[in-house]
Amino acid sequence: MQQYFHSVRLDEEKCKGCTNCIKHCPTEAIRVRKGKARIIEERCIDCGECIRICPNQAKLAITDCLEKLKDFKYTVALPAPSFYGQFKPEVTPSRVLSALLALGFHDVFEVALAAEAVSWAIRHYMEVCVDRPRPLISSACPAVVRLIQVRFPSLLEHIIPIESPMEIAGRMAREQACRKTGLEPDEIGTFFITPCPAKVTEVKQPSEGRSSVDGAISMAVVYGALLKRLEMPAPYPVAPRASGVGIGWGRAGGENEAIKAGSLLAVDGIHSVISVLEEIERGGLTDIDYLEAQACTGGCIGGPLVPQNPFVARVRMGNLVKLYSAGEPGDFPRDFDYYRLKTPIPARPALTLAKDPQVALARLEEAERICAELPGLDCGSCGSPSCRALAEDIVQGYARRSYCIFELRERLQQLAEEMVELAQKQPPAMGRDWKQTRDGGGETD
Amino acid sequence: MQLKFQVKGMDFSRAGQAATKIKKALQLAGMDPATMRKAIIIAYEAEMNIVIHAYHGTLTANITPHKVEIIAEDVGPGIPDIPLAMQEGYSTAPPHIREMGFGAGMGLPNIKKSADELDIQSEVNKGTKLWAAVFNN
Ligand code: SF4
Ligand code: SF4
Repeated sequence: MQQYFHSVRLDEEKCKGCTNCIKHCPTEAIRVRKGKARIIEERCIDCGECIRICPNQAKLAITDCLEKLKDFKYTVALPAPSFYGQFKPEVTPSRVLSALLALGFHDVFEVALAAEAVSWAIRHYMEVCVDRPRPLISSACPAVVRLIQVRFPSLLEHIIPIESPMEIAGRMAREQACRKTGLEPDEIGTFFITPCPAKVTEVKQPSEGRSSVDGAISMAVVYGALLKRLEMPAPYPVAPRASGVGIGWGRAGGENEAIKAGSLLAVDGIHSVISVLEEIERGGLTDIDYLEAQACTGGCIGGPLVPQNPFVARVRMGNLVKLYSAGEPGDFPRDFDYYRLKTPIPARPALTLAKDPQVALARLEEAERICAELPGLDCGSCGSPSCRALAEDIVQGYARRSYCIFELRERLQQLAEEMVELAQKQPPAMGRDWKQTRDGGGETD
Repeated sequence: MQLKFQVKGMDFSRAGQAATKIKKALQLAGMDPATMRKAIIIAYEAEMNIVIHAYHGTLTANITPHKVEIIAEDVGPGIPDIPLAMQEGYSTAPPHIREMGFGAGMGLPNIKKSADELDIQSEVNKGTKLWAAVFNN
């Protein structure tokens, strides 16, 4: 079986085992053991919450580096829509795109352009497939898709079966590059400039066989490298092709603005997303046609690998959307099959206590019992996110009761009392009353 | 295994919590997603019915590998005409509850749609007992 890849990792050197991160993880994927945070791989959805919360900067995202460009004859940069919002107003999208060429890419394909195409596909699907369960849920944020796979498997059928703008951008970029250069498809490297670790995982371990994107480079890294090149002359100037509709996808609410059909709901921030998904799970929100859901507060401009302050980026994005609102919709295939997800997204039952339901139920019962006996303070000192989670860890054999410092203290107290009692029993030579008898004698009480 | 929760009438701040706990248990037990979904809808609607209509009651889940039973028992006004209450949109919830977005008269119909087996017994001015089962395939 393929090992599960996920992008978010721990820097062992920096981790102090402070337990700050364990409580913020939406899938309870982190435990602190031997003074270090461990991520339970199959539970991690790469939302990046732990990267944001870690006071020691010990959580990091594995991304590709710019060196990887050398592996291909011809490379295309795929800037995420949120990338446009990172620069001062005088740094126009055209300058940003041109500077990407100066950085070493041969060409640029805007993901915002693919986002316009995907907006069309979503509208089309909503019109044609009226019988699908409502609300349909966006497939654009991979952290949300993984969250549903792990925590809300019964909502998988709500996810709209359409590829994300990034995937579509990779595909369009490769086709365009093949036409331009006459090279073979695998001689062309497509590189997404990513705001988040979740997109890295989508590239490295997509839900379908292979991603159309060859690498994902951190937006912060590209931003740093690009600042120096903004003044350099580009091999040729690039004019942005995306209009405000596509650029707007980079911030919360932008996707819905681009769809503009039916009743739409937008939610951002992983914990808010969870509460809306819970509502849908218990049968609610059937009056909503489409749910835009983004793991990051503010949308992708709030991504963990984004350099600019998200509030500043939000204003800049808003201005760009207005500035480019008059743009003509781009040229893209009007064939729905081009955008359709080919295979259903599978569930990831990473939260069950055992594979066999009989065993799982027995463990569940045991966990309930243990949980009732634990102090219920959810202090995190045991290394598990809550008393409840510790009980679940214990029944699976991943933890012991003595990990609970309150239980440990109680036991130490008992032990201490016994020791005091023992200590009071002085030996006869130190003055204890002694009654001499023929067979050796004994203490008088 | 059995989970049992007390539910108070009109306590909207905690409404839905029992259903959420039942969901978590079903997930830990590795129930099929479809079973989970049906059981959650039943548990939630049954819990809300107690909150909206009754004085107090209990929500119970009996979980086995093959079946989930949800039982809601309440002390309350009871349902005078069960077939009528089963009709979509029929509601006896007072206007102030409806203004909160609850009591749209979909509770029982939703339960009926999700349950593989259903039994409702009610006595006016005494209370209601709802029993629903979902089979886990
Ligand atoms: S990235 Fe998200 S899911 Fe993964 S360990 Fe961190 S907080 Fe948990
Ligand atoms: S909201 Fe955007 S940046 Fe954040 S995890 Fe989802 S796709 Fe990535």
